Amino acid sequence: MTLNMGPQHPSTHGVLRIMLELEGETIITARPEIGFLHTGIEKQAEALNWHQVTPLTDRVDYLANLINNLGYALAVEKLLQIEIPPMAQWMRVMLSELQRLNSHLVWLGTHALDLGGMSAYFYCFREREEILKIFEMFSGQRMMTSYIRIGGLALEPPRGWQAVVAKFINSFDSKIDEYETLLTANPIWLQRTKGVGYISLEDMIDTGVTGPMLRAAGSKMDARKDQPYSSYERFDFEVPTRTEGDVFARFAVRVDEMRQSTRIVKQALDGMPSGPWKTDDPHVVLPDREKMKTQMESLIYHFKIVTEGIRVPAGEAYQVVESPRGELGFYVVSDGTSKPYRVFMRTPSFGNLQALSVMLEQRLIADSIASMGSMDFVLGDVDR
Amino acid sequence: MPPDAPENGSVSNPTHLSLKETFSGAIFETTEAYGEIGFVVDPAKIVEISSYLKHVQGFERLSSVTAVDWWPREPRFEIVYQLHSIRRNLRARLKIRVSAGTAVDSVTVVWRSANWYEREVFDLFGVTFANHPNLERIMMPMDFEGHPLRKDFPIHGYRYSYRDE
Repeated sequence: MTLNMGPQHPSTHGVLRIMLELEGETIITARPEIGFLHTGIEKQAEALNWHQVTPLTDRVDYLANLINNLGYALAVEKLLQIEIPPMAQWMRVMLSELQRLNSHLVWLGTHALDLGGMSAYFYCFREREEILKIFEMFSGQRMMTSYIRIGGLALEPPRGWQAVVAKFINSFDSKIDEYETLLTANPIWLQRTKGVGYISLEDMIDTGVTGPMLRAAGSKMDARKDQPYSSYERFDFEVPTRTEGDVFARFAVRVDEMRQSTRIVKQALDGMPSGPWKTDDPHVVLPDREKMKTQMESLIYHFKIVTEGIRVPAGEAYQVVESPRGELGFYVVSDGTSKPYRVFMRTPSFGNLQALSVMLEQRLIADSIASMGSMDFVLGDVDR
Repeated sequence: MPPDAPENGSVSNPTHLSLKETFSGAIFETTEAYGEIGFVVDPAKIVEISSYLKHVQGFERLSSVTAVDWWPREPRFEIVYQLHSIRRNLRARLKIRVSAGTAVDSVTVVWRSANWYEREVFDLFGVTFANHPNLERIMMPMDFEGHPLRKDFPIHGYRYSYRDE
């Protein structure tokens, strides 16, 4: 029997269509069909100037907006060869980790919901709301923040942010304990997840899987440790791994990652350097409002950046950051003008989704929901 | 201990040299910029070189395949392969230059992850891949005409334009 799963199936969390060939309750072939959310972001980026692309990167993976901003900004900064002040770097790390918490919370809530555990959803979204409030405080936006820009941050961090972040993060460890009491030893949860959706490490590397899925099968690959960016090497944290490679191991890895992210945010909060929050290169970042209104030179730079955009030296760079879903790479090519010649986004969900057929085929259809949920893909991230 | 734990500090490496020795005529350019290493190689030898890089040099991951359209320059397309060795904690970029209408040998036989990336390049740039298991459009609808990431493709499209409204 052929069964069409999606494009409007609730457990795909987006618009994904999977054509399943069934024999009884066993899936013989599973063919994912993507592209329903393709919006041509890479094409659009070529028509905008360098700074204008940042808001587009928000819209790729709507659960990891700041990490997308960061990947793009780092790639362009590589070409520009500019130094980012320590305060901006630490702030980027802190916000990235809050974003990772946000993404993992949405994943945990919806994944548990898919498998019938409704209450975890309410707990996770309770904390997620607090994180979104922090983002709103920083940038004025809850989701599409565009807060990390080429050359630093978009705005000065708001007054009193330390107290708000401290209040949230100091109580967060006990919140993770709450999720664990709901799920980790729950017999129904264990039965639905243990031994389900196994893929071997070799298969995953070969099909392009990255991130927590790979780490749940024993690999330690994590761009934050392997190729540290934005001063991640200054932070003390571990990369949680498991060896089972099943749905439960992925759950366990992500829960441990939340604890590690909490550690990083606490360190960033305690050791936040003082100083400027953006680079002082007038060719790259907009001048301060005050200077722009009082100094002729700043006004000219402001005018140039707003009308023409910044010029980026010709060249190409590939920058990898660790998104909540895995390796997020930005390959940017410049021809020396004020518009990118090519922006390619190596999005983690696209790579991960290639393993879907390996994971579903020759297994029971009832397990497909658990397996798909454990991949944690975002369809905006797949289709771009 | 997982077998692929990265050995830090092995970044500067003899990959350049050994590649040049093994495929003397097929390596057109080697680049090193911003700490990233890259090779421009002969399109006819792409599968052979990929296989060597995977099995001998340890690049077990193909991170992505994409293309850059340098229209109207010839050869028009640059196909860019981003490689990654988890064991050596090293990344490299492999590039080939081809004209429109030339079929590129698919590297899906070396890395399975090339499958969707090559389909995407085919869909958005119109570069065909020989020996690909399932070369059809992936992002755009099946009845779409043209290849949107080509530089001569207008941003509003040909058929679905809102320009005059």
